[in-house]
Amino acid sequence: MMFAQIQRALPTPEVTWSALAPQLILMVGGVLMLTVVSLFKKQPPKGVSAAYAVIVAAAALISTIPLWHRVLNPKEGPTGLVSNAIGLDGFSLFITGLLCIAVILVALVADGYLVREGIEGPELFVLLLLSASGGVVMVSANDLIVMFIGLEILSISAYVMAAMHARRLSSQEAGIKYFVLGAFASAFLLYGIAMIYGATGSTNLGDIQTFLSQNVLLHDGLLVTGLALMLVGFGFKIGAVPFHQWTPDVYQGAPSPVTAFMASAVKAAAFAGMIRVFSVTFGTYVLDWRPAVFALATLSLLAGSILAVVQTNVKRMLAYSSISHAGFILVGVHAASKGTSAALFYLAAYTFMVIGSFAVVTMVGRTGDGRHSLDDYKGLGRSRPALALAFAVLLLAQAGAPFTGGFFAKFGVIAAAASSHNWSLAIIAMLTAAISAFLYLRIIVFMYFEDTGDASAGVHGPSVRIPRAASFAIGIAVVATLALGIIPQPFIQLAKDAVPQLSSSTP
Amino acid sequence: MLTWMILVPAIGAVVIALLPRHRPDLHKLAAVLFSSVGGAIALYMLSQFHTRTPGFQFVQNSSWIPSLGIGWHLGVDGLSLFLLALSGLLFPLAIIGVTPHEDTKPYYSWMLLLMAGSMGVFVALDLVVFFLFFEIVLIPMYFLIGLWGHGNRIYAATKFFIYTMFGSALMLVGIVATAYLHQSASGGRLTFDLVRIATDQSIGTAAARWIFLSFALAFSVKVPLFPLHTWLPDAHTEAPTAGSVILAGVMLKLGTYGFLRFGLYLFPEASKTFAPVLLTLGTIGIVYGAVCATMQRDLKRLVAYSSVAHLGFIVIGTFSLTVQGIEGGVLQMVNHGISTPALFLLVGMIYERRHTRRIDELSGLQKVAPVMAGVFTLVMLASIGLPGLNGFPGEFLALIGTFRSARWWGVVAASGVILAALYLLWAYQRVFHGEPTEANRSFRDITFAEGLVMAPLLVLIVFCGLYPKPMLDRIEPSAKALVVHVAKYANDVDARDVELPPVAAAESGK
Repeated sequence: MMFAQIQRALPTPEVTWSALAPQLILMVGGVLMLTVVSLFKKQPPKGVSAAYAVIVAAAALISTIPLWHRVLNPKEGPTGLVSNAIGLDGFSLFITGLLCIAVILVALVADGYLVREGIEGPELFVLLLLSASGGVVMVSANDLIVMFIGLEILSISAYVMAAMHARRLSSQEAGIKYFVLGAFASAFLLYGIAMIYGATGSTNLGDIQTFLSQNVLLHDGLLVTGLALMLVGFGFKIGAVPFHQWTPDVYQGAPSPVTAFMASAVKAAAFAGMIRVFSVTFGTYVLDWRPAVFALATLSLLAGSILAVVQTNVKRMLAYSSISHAGFILVGVHAASKGTSAALFYLAAYTFMVIGSFAVVTMVGRTGDGRHSLDDYKGLGRSRPALALAFAVLLLAQAGAPFTGGFFAKFGVIAAAASSHNWSLAIIAMLTAAISAFLYLRIIVFMYFEDTGDASAGVHGPSVRIPRAASFAIGIAVVATLALGIIPQPFIQLAKDAVPQLSSSTP
Repeated sequence: MLTWMILVPAIGAVVIALLPRHRPDLHKLAAVLFSSVGGAIALYMLSQFHTRTPGFQFVQNSSWIPSLGIGWHLGVDGLSLFLLALSGLLFPLAIIGVTPHEDTKPYYSWMLLLMAGSMGVFVALDLVVFFLFFEIVLIPMYFLIGLWGHGNRIYAATKFFIYTMFGSALMLVGIVATAYLHQSASGGRLTFDLVRIATDQSIGTAAARWIFLSFALAFSVKVPLFPLHTWLPDAHTEAPTAGSVILAGVMLKLGTYGFLRFGLYLFPEASKTFAPVLLTLGTIGIVYGAVCATMQRDLKRLVAYSSVAHLGFIVIGTFSLTVQGIEGGVLQMVNHGISTPALFLLVGMIYERRHTRRIDELSGLQKVAPVMAGVFTLVMLASIGLPGLNGFPGEFLALIGTFRSARWWGVVAASGVILAALYLLWAYQRVFHGEPTEANRSFRDITFAEGLVMAPLLVLIVFCGLYPKPMLDRIEPSAKALVVHVAKYANDVDARDVELPPVAAAESGK
């Protein structure tokens, strides 16, 4: 009997490899690098690992272009892959592209950072690629289990990266804190997935959607509990208040380039998962989850902007500001399907702004990655005018200054809130934006208006050095931020085309 | 052409940023060049403007962000024409007249960026484009005050920025609400086009009133209206001379111009409803500003408070909702933009020489600097509103307009004219009359170069005072059209309410 069962061929799904190219390139690229490097005794020469990571990420980025055309082509359109475990749609490709860009920029910044801090080995780049591949799996998941696996690949690599700077106690602390709380959040998420499976009989998002559209649950307590638990899990990952406590500590402790990655890529992937689950799959339950998202958004906006004002550490300031940005994106999530493209555009603009900002923070942190107090920014406008100008542009963009990507990002989510007649959220969002403007101005004040007193900041320690790769990354970030504000039309159209679409096996 | 008027200074700012750092002469040359070209375009437009046509001219309407309904829609009418010309004149003058002591490169870059932004505000006919320019001017001004200002500059700059930012935060919500309510009320695509929305007037009365308030808050901060004016004395006092010139001459007008274009034109009914409130605040501003100015010990602060009073006249003129009142308001905007910058330039010259602006430390300057005293007298009399000089026609028309529609406000406001005479003459007496103290003995009279900068302003003061007709001819058609527009929509509001209940109109899109 048993023998006969084994004899029967295991049904394997058909795999369209070409459609999985971004995931595969990133994952294989990461594993290959790890393998090759461990075969040799000597470390690869300077810059090679970073260049390799950039090339792999760029290849993955390019591989999304034909897929994008394929999805937009009305004859083909979005499809489900690997028996609908993975979905190929504009939404996943948009975030995939964003993740690849994040990897490229972070790798450029990390290169000089590792040299400066004397951290040997290409592990950081391996982890970057693996983490991004997890993110891609997560955003293209059409099944809750696959999404969870993607999230775990993404997060576990990020935990290790946070603790990468082993000689700094704060980095280790950040790693542990991130790990413990992140694991906690994963548990919540998994528990929620289990409950939703119990309520709907499937973990496939498309099937869940079909099930909910065809059946009316008389007792939906289980489903709503599952949704609540998943919201907690996602809330942790995106750093929304009241699940934000880890954010300032981890952002402060983690190596600055890694913080850039966490604030951009990890957040983008988590938001993408959240939008796919809440706005798309459980769109019919919008009345149930919307009040909770409203509360998360309001609290994040208020706490993020108000608490940021009292900080004196720039990394912590940016951490709180990232909480308030999460609140803004949640305003887009709150508008459900009407806010998806606004949230995507926000994520795109935010990716550039935040990586650029943390890149500057990396430079100013100097050897030891410890100079992050406001005082360390004194006189930067004089000693490093270009760096200060770039930082000022990025900060003003985060404040939502006109003709920067930050403005249209905020404008988009406000418009999304307005289109669903949600005035209170729009008003809260704009008022808190004005409060957080104070925070960005404070950094600018220190850079430009405060005199150092002594001739240069270099007297008391190592001077600010800007490696060429990092300045290139900052340049890209600044140019992209301005481009998103001056010619936003193509990017807004891109975000509008990136429609999330679930595929279901049951018709 | 309007696009170029914005682009030329913006390009100039970038060019200067790329010049080598140690060539201050080159920076100034480039700044003068680019600002003059921008100004020349504005003056050329002034000459090509068709008199006696109320509509927008030099219109440019191309798409910018079609997926959000935002268009690059620019145009000029009689209300904005002279404000543009004024900006085109003041920026080159301020750049020529005042040379910063250090960091010339970023200074001129910010000045040109400020010019581009100001020009943009006055020509924007799309709500979002307007908002973008309205906000962008904050940044250069913030840096100008913060980097080249005096004493308490960081406090002043930050206060200025945060005040204005809070004011305009709600305006953005108002703009978005306007567009979406317009779309759901009149159908069609989402659009932020001012002219479309204003001529359709399809937004429900209740919603329009709320949105008007969000706009009014932003403009009131910018004007500034009592009690939102507290940033102004600080900003003016700490700003460098050129900053004060531009702040008083151009930036305060963004608020009063906003009231005309985005208050009255966009929300006629709400403007009429809230007119008593704004008239009251304007009147309080006139009296309060004058009283405060009387008590100032700092000459620059005195001029700053006098601005609060003068802008009160513009506001009451505007919200008298009469042709004379609006004409007077526009005229007063331009004239205040000539005489107050002139005063700031003079105060700046005094400060350059004596390094103090305290009135009690200055005395007897007339003896050592007779020419400057003469110039100061002329400018001061213009600012007081002496008939025959430029301050008079605007103030007078604004008051007539107010008398016609809101008599008692007019009566109180007219007292402001007397108070203006009081504080300015008294200040003049303390600064210029009497015996010069030891420190003031070596006070140098106005130089030729300084005189050259002042000359165009002085000519305009006399010309606009004696012969304001060319200006009025161009302003009047637009002012009339605006008053008709307001009357049309504000009066038959009762009839409209019956057809379309405001709440239903606001929520029909749900």
